[in-house]
Amino acid sequence: MFHRFANPTRFLKLADIIQPWAAGLTLAFLGAGLYFGLIASPSDYQQSETVRIMYVHVPSAWMAMFCYTALAISAAVGLIWKHPLADLAARATAPIGAGFTFLALLTGSLWGKPMWGTWWVWDARLTSVLVLFFMYLGYMALQNAFDDPQRGTKASSILALVGFVNVPIIKFSVDWWNTLHQPASVVKMGGPAIHSSMLIPLILMALAFKAYYIWVMLMRIRGEVNAGKIRALRLRQVHGGAPTNTNLNKEAG
Amino acid sequence: MSEFLEMGGYGAYVWPAYGAVAVVMLGLWITSRRFVKSTEAELTKLTPKREATDET
Repeated sequence: MFHRFANPTRFLKLADIIQPWAAGLTLAFLGAGLYFGLIASPSDYQQSETVRIMYVHVPSAWMAMFCYTALAISAAVGLIWKHPLADLAARATAPIGAGFTFLALLTGSLWGKPMWGTWWVWDARLTSVLVLFFMYLGYMALQNAFDDPQRGTKASSILALVGFVNVPIIKFSVDWWNTLHQPASVVKMGGPAIHSSMLIPLILMALAFKAYYIWVMLMRIRGEVNAGKIRALRLRQVHGGAPTNTNLNKEAG
Repeated sequence: MSEFLEMGGYGAYVWPAYGAVAVVMLGLWITSRRFVKSTEAELTKLTPKREATDET
């Protein structure tokens, strides 16, 4: 019981230091990324101004997969080592990942209509990302489907791990199947295949999204730690403040 | 300025994309902040109460 509370307390102290930096970096990268993305970068010779959708679409898609990977790792650590903070990190990551996955789908659709002539196709890349979005929603729904939060965490963690299979499928879907979606052009052998004038805003926006993730995730972990304390206090109230082990420890210390 | 907003005729696709990003990122930030504030308020409300029930 002691390490349960000691750990989050130490962690929250660290979060107090990191959070303002993450917030500042988010705003700085976002400002620079928007400037380079919307103003200081050229339009594409084939795609004209729609190429600017790339600066939000690609980082959103990267975050969709990054967040799910972080979620699956946290869920695994929580399951195997019963680390309470890992469970909270997974819980805090899910809504952010779902948000970015939604954005990847929506901005992709807005880019697809003028360039492909369609909002949506049921091809491997688009479908597997839609499945990813439902994995996030399923994870969050399952977590809250149990009266006992620990059972909810366990069940949803297992779901998150099973669903991780989808992440490599998304990554390689453009190579394994015929698709309207273009293959990777930034992270590839022999260096990125896009010009630096377009790579700079792309990287800046990606950094902004990553800093934003750290910022908001730390906020949500803080909320989850508070919620856990509230639950513990409520339980004690229900039991009429009977001197349980935790009470004794607290009063003795 | 209006040329910038037109985005070469693709403004109807570019701006909703950026707008959606703004809405989702702001929305997540606001709800997360509210989550922290409300749980903090609840904790401070519960703490003196706990003392009171301990005594009865």
